Amino acid sequence: MLIRNTVLCIFALFSVLGCSEQKIDSKPTITVWHWMTDRDPAFQALAKKYEALTGIRVNFELYAPSDAYSQKIRAAAQGINLPDVFGILGEKRDFASFIKAGHILDITPYMEADNGAWKNKFFPKALAVNEFSPDNSYGINPGIFGVPIDIMTIQMVYNKKLFKELGLNPGRPPKTFQELLDIGAKISAAGGSASGGKSAGMQGLVSGWGEVWMIDCLANNYAFNIMGKDKVLATIKGEVPYTDPDWVKVFSLFKQMQDSGVLAKGIVTMINKSAEQLFANEKAVFAFNGSWCVNVYKGMNANLEYGAMLPPEASDKYPMAIWGGAGSSFMVNARSKNKEEAVKFLSWLTDQDQQAYLAQETNNLPANKNSLSKIPEILAQFARGMDYATHPNVWGVSEFSLVIEAFDRGIQSIIIGDKSPEQVAGEVQKIKERELAKKRAK
Amino acid sequence: MKIRQGLENYVFVLPAVTIFAVFYVIPFIWVFQLGLFEWDGISFTRTFVGLQNFKEIFLQDRSWWQSMWNASYITLIALTFQNILAFMLAWACDREIKMKNFYRVIFFIPPVLSEVVVGMVWRFIINDIDGANIINHTLAGLGMPNLAHNWLSDPNTALTTVALVHCWKGFGWGFLIFLAGLQTIPRELYEAARVDGASAWQSFRKITIPLMVPIMILVAILTVLGTMQVFVLIVSLVGGEFAGHTSVPVLRILASMRGSSRFGYACAQGITFGIVLVAISFIQYRFSKKNQ
Repeated sequence: MLIRNTVLCIFALFSVLGCSEQKIDSKPTITVWHWMTDRDPAFQALAKKYEALTGIRVNFELYAPSDAYSQKIRAAAQGINLPDVFGILGEKRDFASFIKAGHILDITPYMEADNGAWKNKFFPKALAVNEFSPDNSYGINPGIFGVPIDIMTIQMVYNKKLFKELGLNPGRPPKTFQELLDIGAKISAAGGSASGGKSAGMQGLVSGWGEVWMIDCLANNYAFNIMGKDKVLATIKGEVPYTDPDWVKVFSLFKQMQDSGVLAKGIVTMINKSAEQLFANEKAVFAFNGSWCVNVYKGMNANLEYGAMLPPEASDKYPMAIWGGAGSSFMVNARSKNKEEAVKFLSWLTDQDQQAYLAQETNNLPANKNSLSKIPEILAQFARGMDYATHPNVWGVSEFSLVIEAFDRGIQSIIIGDKSPEQVAGEVQKIKERELAKKRAK
Repeated sequence: MKIRQGLENYVFVLPAVTIFAVFYVIPFIWVFQLGLFEWDGISFTRTFVGLQNFKEIFLQDRSWWQSMWNASYITLIALTFQNILAFMLAWACDREIKMKNFYRVIFFIPPVLSEVVVGMVWRFIINDIDGANIINHTLAGLGMPNLAHNWLSDPNTALTTVALVHCWKGFGWGFLIFLAGLQTIPRELYEAARVDGASAWQSFRKITIPLMVPIMILVAILTVLGTMQVFVLIVSLVGGEFAGHTSVPVLRILASMRGSSRFGYACAQGITFGIVLVAISFIQYRFSKKNQ
């Protein structure tokens, strides 16, 4: 009887407590999803600082690797479960799809408030990646839809010590493509590049070309240099064929690099992590990598002596262009009930002090142009590359994904000697025409 | 009474049928349905394109069929080299040899390792610039330095190298199943054969092989299904599709989903691939029935 009464009392107590009004915290919690493993400790520190200042808790949730993160974001978008703040990994067309589906808040009014006080903090090129212009081909209303957290440029780096070993001046990296090819011959003679001996010695250029998009990046750099931006965009629009002699010249550069020995052995199956290890361990003379590499190399070999350089020019007709702009950006969930607080937090996160802290802690270039003063020299070299920066996400038009795939795989085929530049140009154009016909049929 | 009994039977199978329907049948129907649409995987709107995606797979997508060919090549090597190796080792361990339990454990280590780990370890063993280059050093040590080259980034050897690493990773499963099968063969048959004067080879040919045929077919089906879907090992060994030379169907499906944001097309590829696998399994099943 006593036991029964005790059980009943406990049940009644829990029932009453369960029915009581839930205590509502007046301060919301902002949830941020990201994939940036290297920046997570700094984000967590900043979140604590923000909570101490405002009482608003910011919960940074890390989902890595980036592929898994990308899938998680898509799945959450389908289930309308996106967090208050998130980043998008992908092309501009993916960004546009998220906006069209109503997942992303247009932050133009916040950016332009107080005579554009927030907007003016950023490097214009960093903001451009998150912006849709009035004439964009994605059918998105013009506006700014993301907040850049840091910026990046993708350039070449060279090892100063290996330069000396090759009898080269470490203060003068190659400026022209011919100079680069000449160095390739020296690397081969030193014993170990693509056309070199069997022994694994000094390597030439290393990069994650097994993951293909970096091939696309360098090829586009040279396309801008050889034929200029207008012709590249005309090609994307379908007005110039890939069989044009200028495009064949772009493809041929990869064959020349391979033949000269400037490319490392096995570059077409190399993942970027391996490329970074090779360069950091002073086994490779050059690397083609983004400004994020500064942090990576520092972790692998703090004594590495290297410098950043633009890819050597193959033509003097047009300036060299490199990919650059916003490195990573955060978007505000348009359906979030905390969107106002999320915007305020992002505004605070991109203030000068927080950006300087992020740059110092993570060795990434800050998106806030007033936070550059404290960065190390090598990072400053990457920052200077911003003058030459462009990015497919700011061109306003996108190439068909199947064409990009054929283009990148074609260059891999050229490097391994499977196909000639002319063959690849023909194949890419064939796919381009097929995709254009499909688009017209729609 | 009969109706009640019938209903009771259905009640017993209902949980299994429900789970099968929810996790297999309905997703399959959804995936097939998505294969009839053009969809980027993000928008809430989809454009119905009928059988256009399937038409593109069959008539235009050469990369897809190249990937099927590559997967078939790896499967062929697994079916022959891997399974013969597994069978021979199982046969050896079934006999009274010293330390047979130790060998059983050793042979079963590769299958329990993660494919990513196996890929990275073998990349380190094979690769000459970011690895230990052990294979090439061994070849040079054996007086064959002219055979030394970069096995993973040579288009002529990359796929075969991947296939051999896959065999190393996978032979333990076959070994285990073959060993279990060999142990079910009554020892009296061998003793009777020995009394009748049969040699070891005759016993193997006339007793072991015929009694192991059903097991061999089972292992063959599992090998085909497992090998056709290989992709993690390829990514960790060669970084991806390597200009199409190491492209396999699952990588193509992923490329359609992630690279091109063509979810509808990826679903159509998945359905096509699934049908091919079911067809192969069905043929093997029919073959095994015929043999039985």
